[in-house]
Amino acid sequence: MTYSNNELMVVTAARELTDDDSVLVGIGMPNLACNVAKRTHAPGLRMMYESGTIGSNPESPPLSIGDPGLASGALSIEPMANGFNYYLQANRLDVGFLGGAQIDKYGNINSTVIGDYDDPIVRLPGSGGACEIACHVDRTLVVTPHSERRFPEEVDFITSPGFVGGREGRKELGLEGGPEAIITDLAVCRFDEHGEMYVDSLHPGTTREEVREKTGWDIDFADDVQTTPEPTDEELRIIREDLDPDGQYTGQSE
Amino acid sequence: MTNVTTMTDAISNGVSDGDKVYLAGFTHLIPFAAGHEMIRQELRDLDLVRATPDLIYDQLIAAGCASKVTFSWAGNPGVGSLPAFRRAAEEGVPTEIELEEYTHFGMIAALQAGASNLPFAPLRGFIGSDLPEHNENIARIESPFDDDYVYAVAPIEPDVTVVRAQRADENGNAHLWGIQGEQKIAALAADTVILTVEELCSEETIRSDPNRTMITSDDVDYVVEDSYGSHPSYAQGYYGRDNEAYIEWADIASDVDRVEAWLDEWVYSVADRREYVRKLGVDQLLDLEPESAYATPVDMGRYRS
Repeated sequence: MTYSNNELMVVTAARELTDDDSVLVGIGMPNLACNVAKRTHAPGLRMMYESGTIGSNPESPPLSIGDPGLASGALSIEPMANGFNYYLQANRLDVGFLGGAQIDKYGNINSTVIGDYDDPIVRLPGSGGACEIACHVDRTLVVTPHSERRFPEEVDFITSPGFVGGREGRKELGLEGGPEAIITDLAVCRFDEHGEMYVDSLHPGTTREEVREKTGWDIDFADDVQTTPEPTDEELRIIREDLDPDGQYTGQSE
Repeated sequence: MTNVTTMTDAISNGVSDGDKVYLAGFTHLIPFAAGHEMIRQELRDLDLVRATPDLIYDQLIAAGCASKVTFSWAGNPGVGSLPAFRRAAEEGVPTEIELEEYTHFGMIAALQAGASNLPFAPLRGFIGSDLPEHNENIARIESPFDDDYVYAVAPIEPDVTVVRAQRADENGNAHLWGIQGEQKIAALAADTVILTVEELCSEETIRSDPNRTMITSDDVDYVVEDSYGSHPSYAQGYYGRDNEAYIEWADIASDVDRVEAWLDEWVYSVADRREYVRKLGVDQLLDLEPESAYATPVDMGRYRS
């Protein structure tokens, strides 16, 4: 079956999740990825949304993390203070999804400003819960298109810490965990022993040159770069028939 | 003692130019009607405080009501950015706005400090982030007990908080269900509380299910019954989120003239929420109506000593 880049990204992100994980779900592609995982290899996946809903089971993809469909039929709904205090800060969540305008070689993420903070070229939405997610989950995942603008060597502003100044730097701040994988429309990137991003697998049909061109520094490649496994027919069926029937988030096959 | 009044009176008596104003709600139960009344009354120099400023703050900014925004995530949920907020932040149009920025947890902790009369609140947040350099109300502090550290935030104490709930009695004892957000602590942190609800109910209804109570009458100054007062956001069990309106706003707000025209049509030329709802039309309301799904009743028991 043919598939779109977005479908490949969703399925690749889904495969990062395990049956034992508790995940703080983001809207859009992360939401699809979590639901694909739950319907395939990770039926025990425990999902929480930043709006405080635990065990949501929406009948259609929500536009926002605060949609009424995430509240109806949930296992529990926590006020914001409880969600951040007792769940996130207390390390009850294993995985979180983050997005941003810029991601640098240490996996630091900027969703605050492009340019100077006090005189911004572009004022972005800001952290929301992203900084705390980056601090407190064991593994953060990012699903994003790959471009040079999006992958500068150093972000303009650290909204959410990755391996700040390397793995040692993160440890010195008292933070565990860190970025696990950056899933783009070209490749899956991971982080080496110093906390620097490298290309772990290339999507089918993508070349090293293409990734180099669209990355703002001279990015490393794994010694044995793999080809990202393609989505299965069943995974595609779940996305197209159940989760995103209008192709709102994934587009349909090319 | 009844506190019931109209939105017009609640805003004119409760809010003044220059106030720090918190319109609470995490996507759910956002007090759009209260915000529109503030625009109509041409309030100025407001410090608009809220974890998740969305369309109502974009509209207040576009109307020139704000000189400051205190926030942790300023966007159109699921859609994109807030065009009027960005114009103000990037170009000073229509007015310059000062920004006081937090993370969600930082903001919530600051409200908790305000609500519980503490000089600061500690949290494990902001670690490794550049934000503390840009906000003097965020500071790193060492643990008094070991060599650990946390960040502290100063209290946020709004002059006025507007909270919304599904129902309340005439004294302001309010039931809220669905996503609760920061409604309670934003109310308890404030000097003045305006409570607006979908419908008034009896005190007996409130007392039948005290676990569902968000806030009690002692902390409420004004009670306003305002059906559909959250549109285009939603009230769980009453009406759904008007997602189309959120998507359309991205377009409207990208153009200053269109924003002006929109404010004229939907705010300035409209007397109150009742008129707004009439203008919205029956079809729109029916489209947003959910199927009923009642919670199974609980038995609170009747006990005699």
